[in-house]
Amino acid sequence: MGIKWDEFFITGDPLILGAQISIALTMIGIVFGLTYLKKWNWLWTEWITTVDHKRIGIMYIISAVLMFFRGGVDGLLMKAQTSRPEMEFLSSQHYNEIFTTHGVIMILFMAMPFLIGLMNVVVPLQIGARDVAFPQLNALSFWLFFSGAMLFNISFVIGGSPDAGWTSYFPLAGKEFSPSIANNYYAIALQIAGIGTLMTGINFIVTILKMRTKGMTLMRMPMFTWTTLITSVIIIAAFPIFTVALALMTFDRLFGTHFFTVSGGGMDMLWANLFWLWGHPEVYIVALPAFGIFSEVIATFSRKSLFGYKSMVYAIVGIALLSMLVWVHHFYTMGSGPAVNSFFSITTMLIAVPTGIKMFNWLFTMRKGRIKMTTAMLWSLAFVPCFTIGGVTGVMLAMGAADYQYHNTLFLVAHFHYVLIPGVVFAVFAGLYYWWPKMFGHLLNEKLGKWHFWLFVIGFNVTFMPMFFLGLSGAARRTYTFSAESGFAPLFLLSAMGSIVLAAGFAVFCYNIYWSLRYADRNISSDPWDARTLEWATATPVQHYNFAKLPEVKSLDAFWFMKKNNEGLTLKDSEIEEIHMPSNSGQPFIMCVLFGISGFFLVFEWSIAAAVAALGIFAGLIYRSFDYNDGYHIPVDEVRETELSWRNKKGEAHKHVS
Amino acid sequence: MKSTRFVVLIIALIPMIFLTGCETNMVVFEPQGPVARTITDLINWSLAWMLLVVVVVFSLFGYIVWKYRERPDNMDYEPPEEHGSTVLEIIWTAIPILIVIALTIPTVQALYDLEEVPEGYEDKEPITIHVTAADWKWIFSYPEQGIETVNYANIPEDTPIHFKLTSASTMQSFWIPALGGQKYAMAKMETEMYLVADNPGSYVGKNSNFNGRGYAGMEFEVLAQTHEDFNQWITDVKETAPELTEEEYEELLKPTHLGRLTYANTHLEWVDHANMHSKTYTNPELYRYHGYQGKTFEEEDNYRNKETNLEHNGHHSDEDDEHEGHGGEHDGH
Ligand code: HEM
Ligand SMILES: [Cu+2]
Repeated sequence: MGIKWDEFFITGDPLILGAQISIALTMIGIVFGLTYLKKWNWLWTEWITTVDHKRIGIMYIISAVLMFFRGGVDGLLMKAQTSRPEMEFLSSQHYNEIFTTHGVIMILFMAMPFLIGLMNVVVPLQIGARDVAFPQLNALSFWLFFSGAMLFNISFVIGGSPDAGWTSYFPLAGKEFSPSIANNYYAIALQIAGIGTLMTGINFIVTILKMRTKGMTLMRMPMFTWTTLITSVIIIAAFPIFTVALALMTFDRLFGTHFFTVSGGGMDMLWANLFWLWGHPEVYIVALPAFGIFSEVIATFSRKSLFGYKSMVYAIVGIALLSMLVWVHHFYTMGSGPAVNSFFSITTMLIAVPTGIKMFNWLFTMRKGRIKMTTAMLWSLAFVPCFTIGGVTGVMLAMGAADYQYHNTLFLVAHFHYVLIPGVVFAVFAGLYYWWPKMFGHLLNEKLGKWHFWLFVIGFNVTFMPMFFLGLSGAARRTYTFSAESGFAPLFLLSAMGSIVLAAGFAVFCYNIYWSLRYADRNISSDPWDARTLEWATATPVQHYNFAKLPEVKSLDAFWFMKKNNEGLTLKDSEIEEIHMPSNSGQPFIMCVLFGISGFFLVFEWSIAAAVAALGIFAGLIYRSFDYNDGYHIPVDEVRETELSWRNKKGEAHKHVS
Repeated sequence: MKSTRFVVLIIALIPMIFLTGCETNMVVFEPQGPVARTITDLINWSLAWMLLVVVVVFSLFGYIVWKYRERPDNMDYEPPEEHGSTVLEIIWTAIPILIVIALTIPTVQALYDLEEVPEGYEDKEPITIHVTAADWKWIFSYPEQGIETVNYANIPEDTPIHFKLTSASTMQSFWIPALGGQKYAMAKMETEMYLVADNPGSYVGKNSNFNGRGYAGMEFEVLAQTHEDFNQWITDVKETAPELTEEEYEELLKPTHLGRLTYANTHLEWVDHANMHSKTYTNPELYRYHGYQGKTFEEEDNYRNKETNLEHNGHHSDEDDEHEGHGGEHDGH
């Protein structure tokens, strides 16, 4: 197949050389460290082969934090490049690669896995279940995401980064204008990760519909579980569209078909439509679970149940339906005519209605409450004003005729960062501070947490607020530089300075994780926040079978009322039974490797090698079909011992709230 | 509490940033023609409503967070059980719906208006300019005057200009913010729009849709002139500018940055890229500057295949009109 070794590794750029060296050193460091500490076996049995939803969740979150770092560095590099007019820090080609990988990584490999990670950790606990419906499939979902993410991430050192924007519009992304293999990475890595996401969607729908504990009707589910359910429905509705679009893209790029090309009667507008048919729902896939997190955190720290629970549920269902009907707002300027643009302007603006309902319900949850300013709550509070700005600018963009002036400008970039950062990043931070003890048995440091919070929130506003004005002054997005005469320089500089503060906030966050892992107090109660939902009704950190006895639910905010009425908190010895759990499996990881290899060959257009590797995937599928491993049972003694060890600690949850 | 004071501070900071922002000249708020003005009016209308929303939400937020924050003296306050309020929920559903209606009506009105010659200019004879986007330059053809320019366009003031947009390559967006909103220029199809400049002046135009390595350089100048100056310019061009040949044109479409060019004829004589049966002017080989190179494909309809597809591809044959598959606004002509 004639490998062109001279083109294989990306060379010639000191930044990339630095990255290559640091990647190599990190890898050597990891291998050496694991060997030195004799941790290979631990890594394999405890983590890589695990099917435990909590551990899978933690692996998702770790990956997401790493991807946040990568995407954040991309963001900072862009801000450095545009901090002064005519900067020559990055070339235009390099800038193009960086905003492309930044967008893809932030949305698909940071926001999604972060939220899916929290969903994994929390949802089975919230519904009083011992695991998700299909634990091994869940592990496969994670490993496919991981495979796709790693494949995408190596692109900048091997083969070349995709450079056609996260939207990858045709014909630019086709072979006619991008003949290098770089954009194959986009088509194939996202395809692999997307399959994993689709399976997550199926898994959570089944889990939530079939595995709720006794008494938990749909209308007694915690709001985060509701949003996870609806998100999963959107995933199932939207991801297949992306799968098809990426497959067509792959055909165009690898085999010379003409779905989206200029020549041969291709239709570039078709790609734009397919992309946004998935892409818009995608933003709600990341926004809805985030809304769920805020709902939990705000209710807990206001010591009140969620205001207007029912209308919150209707609102998310409404948002989900509308989210499928608005995709054209991403290209009003394509000239589809005033009737089409009017229709989509109206559907888009209508999304503001359910979103407004949620906003007011959150505000009224806090009213008459007793608002405790923990770090988790601060993130939720900052969300309200920041997201409002994102929301009102969203309505402005929704107005088709006005969008002719905002479209493709930094106004738009500012808007979606004002939606995605408060809506998703603040949410995952809130969720992390809130649920951290559930995962690791200690709190994150609150004092460092507040530093993290203030630096990040101030930095965020200073970075992105100027972009609104730059956009209105005519600054187009994705331009790697600007002239001094344009008059953009002061605002660009302000924005760049903001991003340094933002980065400082992120650094404090990383330090906080490190500090807390080492020094935080391990002697905490299983319910440190005096919370309301079932995930707090068991040990902290959670034992691997979750609940010795599945709790019974009599109302919304079940755990709150269990504490209040002092019932269902204790466990009688006679209630302890054997617990059936699924066995670990190495198959998902092996599939990850096979998908990765096969995908890598396909990226380099070595079709035969890819086909051979794909045979391995089929072999894996066949092997799995004949796998009758039915799990194992935890003996009563072991359960008793585990339960005694946490239930007898001082200050445990026998206490009730008055 | 300390943290609450910070919240107030942040909220106070936001309008401050707004004010510093207003010092730069925001072209969207300084429209130089009726089309841009229609949009600016719409934006101002929406800003007023949005400001209202922001003020209501921010004050409610500030009030609630301040009043109900946990303090040492309210630690024994236990919040009431409360599940919602139908009246309140109806209010905050209804009011946003009313706001949406208030925004929808002028939006739809503007969307329809922007498709037509602006009001008050209906009886002025429009000038047609074919705009062809290429990597990384803009080509302007004046069929009525029989001239062609690259990277700049002169127009007469107070005259509706009928822009017909297409692309010889990637998807691009034609935008002159001072005169009006943008629209995509796409290969093998045509979009159109009307713009008018009130007064003589020079306006920046650009491509706002990312299209590869040379994207940032895709700016052009639109110079609005008095009618006399414009006519004089046409005469001068016809007398002094060279003729564009097909070979030169093919060279011109390659991915390059060019300065300004002027010709005394138009490329529409031999190709109209808006025609869906026109040849494809792509050169994948010229884009090999990054990473590991993949395979590219020979295309039958490529302009370099002189043998195939020899029959004349003129842009006004009857046959073409029958074949225009995609109707509506995107049609070939
Ligand atoms: C952490 C701080 C962040 C910084 C400093 C940052 C900065 C930027 C910048 C400078 C651009 C490109 C502007 C342009 O030239 O067009 C950009 C684009 C983008 N950002 Fe961010 N961003 C950050 C976080 C995020 C997050 C959290 C998300 C998503 C969850 C995100 C999603 C995107 C997307 C989708 C694009 C568009 C990429 C494209 O044009 O293809 N960003 N960001
Ligand atoms: Cu959208």
